[in-house]
Amino acid sequence: MKKSLKHRLAILSDAAKYDASCASSGTTKRDSSRSGGLGSTEGSGICHAYAPDGRCISLLKILLTNFCIYDCAYCINRSSSNVERARFSVEEVIWLTLEFYRRNYIEGLFLSSGIIRSSDYTMEEMVRIARDLRLKHNFQGYIHLKTIPDASAKLIEEAGLFADRLSINIELPTDAGVEAFAPQKHPANIRRSMGELKLKIDEAREPTLKTKRRKRFVPAGQSTQMIIGADATNDATILGTSARLYGGYQLRRVYYSAFSPIPDSSQHLPLIKPPLMREHRLYQADWLYRFYGFDIAEITHGRADGMLDLELDPKLAWALANRDRFPVDINRADKEMLLRVPGFGVKTVMSILTARRHKRLKMEDLARLKVSLKKVKAFIVADGHTPMNLLDRSDLKAMFMPRPEQLSLL
Amino acid sequence: MRIVIDRRGDFEEWRDSARHLLSAGIRPEAVEWLDRGGLGDDLFGADDAAPSVKTTLTVPRAFVDLAHIVVCHADLAAYAVLYRLLWRLQIERHLLSITTDPDVVRAHQMAKSVGRDSHKMKAFVRFKELPAVEGRNRRQFLAWFEPDHYIVGRTAGFFQRRFADMDWVIATPKGSASWDGDALTVSAQPACNPELVDDTDDLWRTYFANIFNPARLKVKMMQTEMPKKYWKNLPEADLIPDLIAGAEDRVRAMAAKPATTAPKFHYRIHKIKG
Ligand code: SF4
Repeated sequence: MKKSLKHRLAILSDAAKYDASCASSGTTKRDSSRSGGLGSTEGSGICHAYAPDGRCISLLKILLTNFCIYDCAYCINRSSSNVERARFSVEEVIWLTLEFYRRNYIEGLFLSSGIIRSSDYTMEEMVRIARDLRLKHNFQGYIHLKTIPDASAKLIEEAGLFADRLSINIELPTDAGVEAFAPQKHPANIRRSMGELKLKIDEAREPTLKTKRRKRFVPAGQSTQMIIGADATNDATILGTSARLYGGYQLRRVYYSAFSPIPDSSQHLPLIKPPLMREHRLYQADWLYRFYGFDIAEITHGRADGMLDLELDPKLAWALANRDRFPVDINRADKEMLLRVPGFGVKTVMSILTARRHKRLKMEDLARLKVSLKKVKAFIVADGHTPMNLLDRSDLKAMFMPRPEQLSLL
Repeated sequence: MRIVIDRRGDFEEWRDSARHLLSAGIRPEAVEWLDRGGLGDDLFGADDAAPSVKTTLTVPRAFVDLAHIVVCHADLAAYAVLYRLLWRLQIERHLLSITTDPDVVRAHQMAKSVGRDSHKMKAFVRFKELPAVEGRNRRQFLAWFEPDHYIVGRTAGFFQRRFADMDWVIATPKGSASWDGDALTVSAQPACNPELVDDTDDLWRTYFANIFNPARLKVKMMQTEMPKKYWKNLPEADLIPDLIAGAEDRVRAMAAKPATTAPKFHYRIHKIKG
């Protein structure tokens, strides 16, 4: 008997939850007022709900099918798993996307799939969904397609005309890791796909001679995901891989996904609690690299084992290891150095730069900007404030360590 | 001087009163802002602002933008903060650049709160489908939402740009908005909760329960982004307590399950002997 739509939705969303991305931001601005259709994207993404795992639910994140002919050890859909299998038709995915969208549950669709028959067969069905949503149903919402490894260039090109974002997962931070855990995937091919897509995106950004207009092609760029903690790779290597991906392929985002136990898991993998704090620190480090002018080497320099400190955020850890760069005078220092003060975000730094054109800033001024004085006072000079040898104290690190957790009786 | 506000969140109304007050030289400390809705029939307190002297008022563009947002704040103090800024701007032309000035900080905080509320409205409005209307080929939807601030007017355009091909109404205790394909109508009249049901909510709940990963429980994170005050109007929210309560057992059961042998098709595909 055929499984009901609801039952299959349960299976195929359960199978999709190990993909961290749910972003719907950074695409072109579009709306339906002129076309009279359905959907819009206005720059910043919207999280329509949050699951109790704290993750944003922005898109309908599902698999077309969880049948798969590959056998990636970390994946719930691998061919050797006994998980219950199901499959949607193209029409069903379209229907779900549109009906969910109309009720304002979602910003759009994030479709991925196990590989059935062949890469091209699977990719073709996914492209058909995106094309019909756009052309038949006049849908202007967000579409993210996960491209199937080794799908033909022609299909990827077509996918790019209809999708806002395309992604292909790098899966593990090192080539050896991919070969060990995803025997049918080839790191070189994954990189080649990323490289080809980057070239096509660059090409489309050039206005054509005739129309002087840019072609719409994957306007939200490409992203990828790495699984953290399934193998022994350290943080320095992981972040180095990210830096190469950002630099070489202009990826918009690299997602880190703490390896999470899956039902019927492979015996080759550790049965661990997902390393959530580690994942969080990697995101922070990634952020420092992209928006705060830090080098990866600077961030991971602190410890010999190449791991980030789990107890301190990477910016604070860097500051404590580089005390000779402090204190920073908030009335004088340049933007780059202000951004390196633990406790200052980009917004705070911009406010400081604006305000100090008109007056000399005191600690009270920072307090009004909702800066934690406790955190910053050791690192800055302000009008009427110089840190009292704080930076020389050997217990400075201890002052920032999280307090031991309160134990309670059960 | 008492000024009574008729339409909360209406920038023009605030601006007209503020212009009068300013041209009459009335100091911010001397003004009391009141809400007609909160006054009931007891209207004795309203003073007419002194007849205005025709003066042209110039303010930085940034102030006008900020005022449009701050005026939507549910706390009447927003009206006073804006007037105080306007008053001070007459002499302190660079006031808005002093990002650490207490009045500027306060206004920005209020603006942030309004902005957040408007963002949450875009996120948490849930449309329910109504039966088709005879002779009309557009589908009909209605949503009930409870905003903190007077934001329906400034947020309605978002829904119009997004849901162009359907008729919809968003009803709230602080006014409502509707769209019929031709006109966007906004009213300040408080509405009541129509308590509708929509069968598709059941599929959405299925999705919500299954996209959740029990091995990554982070309840605090969820609640800062989706505060409990919104839960009563979210069809998925009543699943949350059970999902949290059952999470640990699910993870433990996953770990305890003995390894299985792979299904037959695995051996077939990879041409290995089973
Ligand atoms: S190809 Fe994708 S779906 Fe298939 S087993 Fe590998 S990771 Fe899972």
